Amino acid sequence: MKNKYDMLVVGGGPAGALAAKTAAEAGNTVCLIEKRPAIGTPIRCAEGIGKECLFEFIQPDPRWISAEIERARLITPNGTSVSLEQENPGNVVGYILDRKIFDRELVWQAAEAGADVFVKTRATAPIMEGGAVRGAKVMATGSPADIRADVVLAADGTEAQFARWAGLDTTVPLREMMSCAQYLLTDIDIDAASTDFYLGNDVAPEGYLWVFPKGDRTANVGIGISGRKSRDGSRAKDYLDRFIAKNFPGGKTIEAIAGGVPVCQPLPCTVADGLMVIGDAARVVDPLTGGGIGNAMYTGKLAAQVASKCISAGDCSKAALMPYDTEWRASRMGKSLERNYRVKEFFITLNDKKLNVLADSVASVGLAEFSVSALIRELIKRNPRMLFELKALKDALQ
Amino acid sequence: MLRINRDKCGYCGTCVAVCPEDALELIDAYLSLERDCIACGICARACPLGALEVVHEE
Ligand SMILES: Cc1cc2nc3c(=O)[nH]c(=O)nc-3n(C[C@H](O)[C@H](O)[C@H](O)COP(=O)(O)OP(=O)(O)OC[C@H]3O[C@@H](n4cnc5c(N)ncnc54)[C@H](O)[C@@H]3O)c2cc1C
Ligand code: SF4
Ligand code: SF4
Repeated sequence: MKNKYDMLVVGGGPAGALAAKTAAEAGNTVCLIEKRPAIGTPIRCAEGIGKECLFEFIQPDPRWISAEIERARLITPNGTSVSLEQENPGNVVGYILDRKIFDRELVWQAAEAGADVFVKTRATAPIMEGGAVRGAKVMATGSPADIRADVVLAADGTEAQFARWAGLDTTVPLREMMSCAQYLLTDIDIDAASTDFYLGNDVAPEGYLWVFPKGDRTANVGIGISGRKSRDGSRAKDYLDRFIAKNFPGGKTIEAIAGGVPVCQPLPCTVADGLMVIGDAARVVDPLTGGGIGNAMYTGKLAAQVASKCISAGDCSKAALMPYDTEWRASRMGKSLERNYRVKEFFITLNDKKLNVLADSVASVGLAEFSVSALIRELIKRNPRMLFELKALKDALQ
Repeated sequence: MLRINRDKCGYCGTCVAVCPEDALELIDAYLSLERDCIACGICARACPLGALEVVHEE
């Protein structure tokens, strides 16, 4: 470990890995630190990703693809199942990854590009000088050290403490924290090409329960509920255990994980003097779906591109780093985060009865396009009597 | 006072992100109370596994 790099990346998830790889390829000296003893484990993810989203960054490799997905099904409180697939059924629309391998592959690529990588090495505080971040104090397998850098990328996921210590407020309001639990269940009957989403206030209040296939008879069965609905006896784990007892009584659990997905709006600003915030730490998870792998890779790569220019120019001030913030907000991701935040805020106001009506109205429709906006347009078209309530949705599309 | 049940905890960091005081921290594989806690109970609400409890001493 050197004591000075061009760039220091805190966190070895998809955001940090893409950032480190991109910056190293651009010729910078890069150090990536991960506090856990192994990259990618324990996972905190249901491992689903859209096809385009993945292809933008990496070509699929059977070593880390667990399943190919052709459709999504929404199952509403009254049992209606709305199947969403492309016009030509059988097309792959997404994948379920094996993130333990996937995350490692990404970090591997960063290392191959020339980045230094250290595990069991935790940032404990930013090094601050004149209000600017100049590196981090770290605990490297029990030994304290200082790592200085022209710019630090905070890629520390849900916890997002690094940016917080540097003065940005990353706290997630309780109601906007999805409290999640998941089992990897095997020996269960599932549709191995479908990601299933169960909705309803008895199943998953202000959230959803998912069954994401990992093979013919194996799936990630998990749940996220709003933090404000979580209390003793009705926590994410309680809802999940009840669902499994009813639907997959013979399932065998080979992995149990927990997690938190921030579904709040992104940080008001994702740069500061000497600091850029990327991935979950920047709160750029899709607030409707909870998907954040693609957005983490996108922000990681973009931040590193902007940082590379700033490093060469010798100016990593907030103003110089700002193009990163401006560009992601104007991007397709930025727009879709904004829209889906409003869509989510609308859906959590629905009671089960309305949810059923809406689902029934689109149950028999084949969507020409596999997207949130296509589904919303269809909902609006088919429910003229709910026009007033659906106005919020309509506005969100604009 | 905050009691952490390490046997239940799944090291997920949900509590860390909602704590208004930045009191909690996930050290590589365990949760630790690193700074002053005001016993507000928000972390205990958010925990998916019920591993946290605020206990009020007499
Ligand atoms: C239950 C659950 C299900 C999900 N399902 C999906 C899904 O199906 N599809 C999808 O796209 N997304 C999903 N997500 C979201 C997805 O997991 C995240 O968006 C994604 O992992 C974000 O990547 P990241 O690199 O920003 O952060 P992370 O992958 O969380 O990586 C952050 C890393 O930083 C490390 N770190 C933290 N603090 C420090 C420190 N001080 N020093 C050093 N290292 C540190 C952490 O140990 C961690 O390894 C899910 C999340 C949860 C919780
Ligand atoms: S939220 Fe619960 S399971 Fe997750 S780290 Fe905190 S105490 Fe552990
Ligand atoms: S009780 Fe409140 S202050 Fe104490 S650790 Fe939990 S959230 Fe933080």
